[in-house]
Order: sequence, then structure tokens, then C-alpha cells
Amino acid sequence: MTRWTPDPTFYPSPSAAAGAPAETLAYVAAFDRSAEQPDAIAVVDTDPASGTYGKVVGWTSLPNTGDELHHFGWNACSSALCPTAPHPHVERRYLIVPGLRSSRIYVLDTKDDPRAPKLVKEIPAAELAEKANYSRPHTIHCGPDGIYVSALGAGSGDGGPGGIAVLDHTTFDVRGQWEADRGDQFLAYDFWWHLTRDILVTSEWGTPSMIENGIDPSLLLSRKYGHRVHFWDLAKRSLVQTVDIGDQYQMTLELRPAHDPTKEYGFLGVVISVEDLSASVWVWHRESGEFKVSKIIDIPAEPAPASALPPALQPFEAVPPLVTDIDLSVDDKYLYVSCWGTGELKRYDVSDPFHPVEAGSVHLGGIVRRTPHPSYPDEPLAGGPQMVEVSRDGKRVYVTNSLYGSWDDQFYPDGVGAWLAKIDTDEFTLDPRFFPHGDEFRGLRVHQTRLQGGDASSDSYCFP
Amino acid sequence: MTWAALIALGAFHGLNPAMGWLFSVARAMQEKSRRVLLLSLPPIAGGHLASVAIVAAVVTATSSIVAANVVGVVGGAILVVFGLWRLLSERHFRWAGMRLSHPQLAAWSFLMSSAHGAGLMLLPVLTTTAVATHMHHGGGANQPGVAALGGLVAAGVHTLAMFAVMATCALLVYEFVGVNILRKAWFNMDKIWAGVMVGAGALTIALTA
Repeated sequence: MTRWTPDPTFYPSPSAAAGAPAETLAYVAAFDRSAEQPDAIAVVDTDPASGTYGKVVGWTSLPNTGDELHHFGWNACSSALCPTAPHPHVERRYLIVPGLRSSRIYVLDTKDDPRAPKLVKEIPAAELAEKANYSRPHTIHCGPDGIYVSALGAGSGDGGPGGIAVLDHTTFDVRGQWEADRGDQFLAYDFWWHLTRDILVTSEWGTPSMIENGIDPSLLLSRKYGHRVHFWDLAKRSLVQTVDIGDQYQMTLELRPAHDPTKEYGFLGVVISVEDLSASVWVWHRESGEFKVSKIIDIPAEPAPASALPPALQPFEAVPPLVTDIDLSVDDKYLYVSCWGTGELKRYDVSDPFHPVEAGSVHLGGIVRRTPHPSYPDEPLAGGPQMVEVSRDGKRVYVTNSLYGSWDDQFYPDGVGAWLAKIDTDEFTLDPRFFPHGDEFRGLRVHQTRLQGGDASSDSYCFP
Repeated sequence: MTWAALIALGAFHGLNPAMGWLFSVARAMQEKSRRVLLLSLPPIAGGHLASVAIVAAVVTATSSIVAANVVGVVGGAILVVFGLWRLLSERHFRWAGMRLSHPQLAAWSFLMSSAHGAGLMLLPVLTTTAVATHMHHGGGANQPGVAALGGLVAAGVHTLAMFAVMATCALLVYEFVGVNILRKAWFNMDKIWAGVMVGAGALTIALTA
């Protein structure tokens, strides 16, 4: 049923959303790499006043095994207030949870008991393949006219093209393929948009065959992973412009547009340069109609003895930073950059998006460093800050440590473990009271975190 | 009574953020220009007028050639069904795109008004007026053309009221109140709207049958 007044978690503008109350729960995607146990959505208490603060307080197991939960999102968000097709009286209550490996999409209802999300629908891989000709669903965004899902692969086989499928807002049925004209776009990964400019942006990783069995060094060295960014007409659903940032830059992954709807820029994280193993962050912007993508941050690889490195990195005698996720605060002031290889979360002041200023760093894990959490100094950590999520008020940042099952195994061959850490942004230090890890996640690895009521990467806004 | 009802319904349509004033505010905020807001309102009103006028002209013209109570009962039944469908269905209007030209804006408004059955809501007023003309003036108004013209006048009056309320809402929110008011004050017009339709349909049948 619809509500009489708008869902209280919808905000017309990013500045209003930044005043939202603090989240009391976080939802975390957890998956079993061995595909023996079912994957799950773990629910973590984020209310500092609660007796179970920082503990896993809920656990919803899915009915199948081998899904590889990864990213997920809400059925509805602040874009429901957008004036062209407003539907402000729907509720933000369902989590749309894709299995990246199985291509199933689950719908979980968080309303009745937010600590025990209930499975209400399962979209089989066959439906996604038949109606949209896609597989390996990845990013979820709540659009003004439906739920958008990016997918890495074509409906059958392990190849491309990947793209975007649209789900119905209310029934969650697959409505079909989004693209009317995809031009030569073939690789897919992340997407987001400038809603008020009718622009959609997509990035590139690889097809399922290029990633599912681990990173392929020969593909990497022959520069076959994605290195382009695509700009689309959101209304006409057609490709308008492609920018190739150069094939030495491999894996153009996360896209974080400015939340301010009057702005037309955003940030792009690039995993690795095959020339020097560095990682980089880029900004896209528009100059007299044309999109440009410019490098603004370079993060160099760190030298390391071969003996301290996994086999894949030994020939290079260096640790690549591997920028695998970035997140932009709702006020567009701070960009958080995960360096999963070196085990570091960096913060940049991007008030001037072309001239970022480093404004903080926290070390945890890392291929060589293995920095422990300050509250558990005797436990060296594997993995590094990976998926990063920022609260709407910008005061808290959550990081989990798994990248992607088969890739975890290559970079952290002795086990990646599972942990979720929290950083308080005033001092930019780890919260000593908040560190669910290890057995608390029941042997599963943890990927994306979503915050109750919304977070910095869940909502888009139509009013400045 | 008739004019008052037309004006009241116009005000009701104008008040609904989904019918256009919110779009004009969003466009103005995007460009930081009150002028954009003011220029957006006429196409929105024009689209609404077209949507309502078509229904009004058809209803009044039909009423002048077939027995008015037939039009009333049939039209009323359509209205009740449409209203119930709006009440029970959770589908929402789809339109891709925020950056519209003025003609596109008028088209958006036309589709938005039509999809929500804005014109149908005037049915009780139109049919009861037609009944009145039928009985009191005899032959003159029986010509479909003349009757349709009456419908257009009704649509025009209705849209003027809609425009006035829409402009007031848009300017108040843009200049003084701010869009955060939406979080509390955006009542579910779709539910109220659908309820009004069912009521209007029943009223039409009751008045004309």
C-alpha cells in the first residue's frame, strides 16, 4: 500500500538529506566462497547507544547456494520526489539483492522487522535472460521510472555485451533491456546518472569469462579489461559519447556523480595502470557539450620483496594500491578512496573537484602491511578497505574487506577473512567499539554495506 | 454553482504537485532563475487545458444530440471505473527526461492530466450543465458545435483556476517556503484524486439518471 505522506527517508535535496538522522542498522551482503552455505544479508547494529552496538544482530539466509552476493540497493529512494514522474508515497522497504554469480535477483522486505529482512521474491536468472538478455546483475539504482540493474554479461554464455535491465517499481518483474542504441559499448560494470541533465554514465570491467575465474594476467597485460566511460541520453536510452582514458588504465570501475543536481561532474576509480601498477581517480566533466575525463589523483604502487607477495605479484616486486571502490559524501565535499592492495582508506577534499587535497588516511589489512584493528592488535588482517559506504550526514564511514571471491583468493591466497570497520570522520580514526569480524560473519565474506534509510551511494536528487 | 465547481476543481488540480507546479520549481532551481519558473507555467497550463477541453467538448457535444441522462450515466460509470482503477492500481506515470522544451513540457502536462483523468473529473459539472441547457434553452444549444463551445469555455475557466493555484504554489515554494515542505505536506493526491473521481461519477449518475 502507498503512504499518505512521503516516505520520511526521501529528501528533495542533498543538503536536506545531509541532515538525516543517523542510521541505526546496516545491511551487509555476505557470501560463501565455497558455495556450500547459502549467502546471506547480515544486519549490524550501528546505534552507539545500543547494547549490541557493532554486533551482527540479524541474519537472513537465502534459499540457494553459490549466488555470490555483491552489490545491492533499495527499491525506492529520494528520486521518487522527482517532478516528472513523482511517486513519493511508495515506501523504501525492499532490498533488491542480485547474485553476481548465479544471476538470481532476490527481493527482501525490511519493513515488518528491520533486523530480519524477509525474502518476498526471487527473480530467476532465466527471467533476466529472457526478458533483458542479461546475466550477472551488479549495481542497483532506484530510478524515477523503475529500478535499474547493471549486468556484466549477456543472457546466455559467458560473454557480453553487458548492460542495464529495468525492473518494475512495484512488481519487480523484469521489464526489459534499457538500451535502445548501445553503439559499440560491450563491457559493463557500474552506472549512475545526472537525473536533471538526462545523462546516464556507465563504466567497464570485463565479461564473465574475463573475471569469474580470477583476474587473467594475460588479458591484463594485453590491456583487454575495460578502459572506457560511456555517456548516454537517459531519456532516449542511447549512447551519446564514449571517452577512452587510455588502455594502460585497466578497469574503469566505480562512478560517483556529484549529488548536487545542478552539477555535471563525477568521479571515476581506476584499478590499475599496467605501466607502473599505480591506481588513479578521474573526474568527468562537461565542456561546451562534450564530456571530458581527466586524471586528478595518482596513487603509486609500493615496493615490496617478492617473498612477501602472492605469486601473481612476485614478478613485479611491488604492491599495487588497487583502487576498487570510491564513495562521495552527500555534500560532495569528501571523496573516500579504497586501496584494497595496500590496505588503506584515503580521504580527499574534493570541494574543487579538479584539485583534490588529501585529508586523511587509515590503514587496515593490506597485502604486505596486514595492519590490525586497534581494538584487536594481535590479529593481523587480510583484505583491505574495499566497499566503502558513507552515512548521509557524512560523519561515519563503513568499510568491508572482500573484493570478489576468485580475486580475493589471488591477492590474499592465505584467506581474506571477513571484517567490517567504521571510521568516524571528525578525527578520521577507527571506532574502537565497532569491528564485527571473523566468526561473527559465520565463515562468509562481506561485500557491500547499505545503511538503513539510505546512504551516500543510494539516493539521487532532483532539487539543489 | 457550476462556475464555482469548475473553479474548485481547477484549484484542486493546480494544487497537486504532480500536475506541474513542482516541475516548474525544479526547472527554476536547476537554472537558478524565477523567469524559468514563470515561463514553464503557461505550457503546463496549456497541456492541462488541452486534456480537459477534449473531454469537455466531447461530453457537451454528445449531450446535445443524445439524451443527456444517457451521457451522464455512461460517463458516470466510466468515471467510477477509472477512479477505482486509479485507487487500486499502484502503477505510476512514466516519462523519461527532465530537460524538456516548452512544447515537450506542454505534451508532458497533457499526458499527465490525461493519464490522471483530469478532464473526466469535470463530468458531473458538464453533464448537469448540459441537462440544464437542454431543458431551459431548447433548440439553440442542441447543435453539437455550440454545445462543444460551451464545453471549451468550461475547460478554460477550470484551467484559469488551475493556473492561478499552480502559480501561487510554485512561487511560494520557490521564493519562500523551499522544497523541504514536500516531505510533510505532499499528501497522497492520487488517493484523494481517485476518491474524488469515484464520488464525481456516482454524483453524475445520481444527478442525471
